[in-house]
Amino acid sequence: MSRETIAHTVFSSAAWLSAACTLMVFGFMAVLGYPILRDGLLWDMLSGPWSPMHQSYGIRPMIAGTLWIAFFGLMLAAPLSLGCAVLIQVVAPRGFGRLLHNVVHWMTGIPTVVYGFVGIFLLVPLVRQIFGHGSGLCALTAALMLAVLVAPTMILFFVQGLSQVPRSYLTAAAALGATPIQRLIYIMLPNAWRTLSAGLVLAFGRAVGDTMIALMLAGNAVALPHSVLDSARTLPAHIALVIAADFDSPEFRGLFLCGLILYLFTLTASLAVRCTVTSGRQRP
Amino acid sequence: MLCFAAGGWCGALDAFNGETGTIRISGGTAHIPVMKEAAARIMSSHPDIQISIAGGGSGVGIKQVGEGLVDIGNSGRSPSDEEVHKYGLKMFKWAVDGVGVVVNPKNPVQSLTTAQLKDIFAGTLTNWRQVGGSDKGINLYTRDEASGTREVFWKKALAKGDITPTANVVPSNGAMKTAVANDPWGIGFVSVGHIDATVAPVALNGVVPTLDTVRQGTYKVARGLYSNTKGAPTGLVQKFIDYLFSPEGQEIAADKGFIGIK
Repeated sequence: MSRETIAHTVFSSAAWLSAACTLMVFGFMAVLGYPILRDGLLWDMLSGPWSPMHQSYGIRPMIAGTLWIAFFGLMLAAPLSLGCAVLIQVVAPRGFGRLLHNVVHWMTGIPTVVYGFVGIFLLVPLVRQIFGHGSGLCALTAALMLAVLVAPTMILFFVQGLSQVPRSYLTAAAALGATPIQRLIYIMLPNAWRTLSAGLVLAFGRAVGDTMIALMLAGNAVALPHSVLDSARTLPAHIALVIAADFDSPEFRGLFLCGLILYLFTLTASLAVRCTVTSGRQRP
Repeated sequence: MLCFAAGGWCGALDAFNGETGTIRISGGTAHIPVMKEAAARIMSSHPDIQISIAGGGSGVGIKQVGEGLVDIGNSGRSPSDEEVHKYGLKMFKWAVDGVGVVVNPKNPVQSLTTAQLKDIFAGTLTNWRQVGGSDKGINLYTRDEASGTREVFWKKALAKGDITPTANVVPSNGAMKTAVANDPWGIGFVSVGHIDATVAPVALNGVVPTLDTVRQGTYKVARGLYSNTKGAPTGLVQKFIDYLFSPEGQEIAADKGFIGIK
């Protein structure tokens, strides 16, 4: 066999293997969650409250909690990340920007449990003090910490997006007398918006899937959250708390539905990223 | 060191002479201090024996020992009949543990009645002012559904009353202590053996949850600490269980805040 064929076989089997693993995870959850569908419990589980004592295993409060915390965290992180990216790429590309870039690189490596731990001792009392009531364990606290978690990844993505704007556009604008900020607003941002939105969606995928921060900081109450100051439970935290239940119990079976929904969230996010990025590439 | 100082009690550790192997233990978080001490003593005098201890809660302990993932599964509640039947578990109750209501040391409220406690956890009493404290909202902390501590609290202290769905849920005794110690207006419940200076116990119907009141039986909210095995234990695991029942093992349990079975 020629080297080409060998290389082709090795790489395509690697690709197939990764795809197969992802699909098998989906299949595993679908198969083990099938009893829910068979017993006609799907709608109840998606819309009811969580109250095992009253035979109600609804995960609607958890879905709401996940979306609240993820969106809020993203809302807090996005402007901050854009600002940092602009600083790194445009305002101070040498000196402070470079330092910030290295710090952000380093921050992406911090494990989430460290953030959760720091949050319990520093952020929770602060939130409690600021609002005067409540325990400090709420969706807001989790969203704040989540923003700190996803910001480094978003910043790096945004920086890359801004740096990929063709140099010729920028030199042309500079030749016409545009200041760096004008170049940013009129040339860089419009051209980079696909990568920017991809970064946003990717960060959403990460925010939705994070377990430790929500488990330690959001309070984990089973009630549907009505405000950001309410204690909330996310789908991953719910899985972590219920996994100790008996294998045959309906609580445990409901976990596979949780997993499926999380899978769908991240899948949608990934597909959205692919669509925005690739459609951009087709432009001349 | 203890062997030299209390020669007579060294006998319990002698039973492990010549043994090698591993014991895997997991389950209730309340048992962990005793397990760790026992394991430390056994492993330091018998380096060929390895004992690994994990938490996870009573539910995890029972499930894992039933599935054969660990040798000993600890639980803070007796396994239900279905669990015993399904897994063929053998239960060994080696200590009794009280579950006490705790508040932050800065909270002036030191005593509650069962009715007040039920109302607080059901969510109908929402302000500390209503039970004699300051004008602040009550922050509830409870445990996850598989917790043995929670089960005995719900059965005996709350008389099976509802726990409001807006209560914060923490995953272990240690996390409960941290939560209440950091929250001036929080209320929760922990194993009596875990109570230390960072949290203040609350008297229930006039009885303060302490080791003495649990031992004497005046404080009624108590549960047995169980170590479960799949089928009758053999070899090293049997010796470990015997060690828990030995005078030395019972002394460790008493030391860590539990009441020995004898």
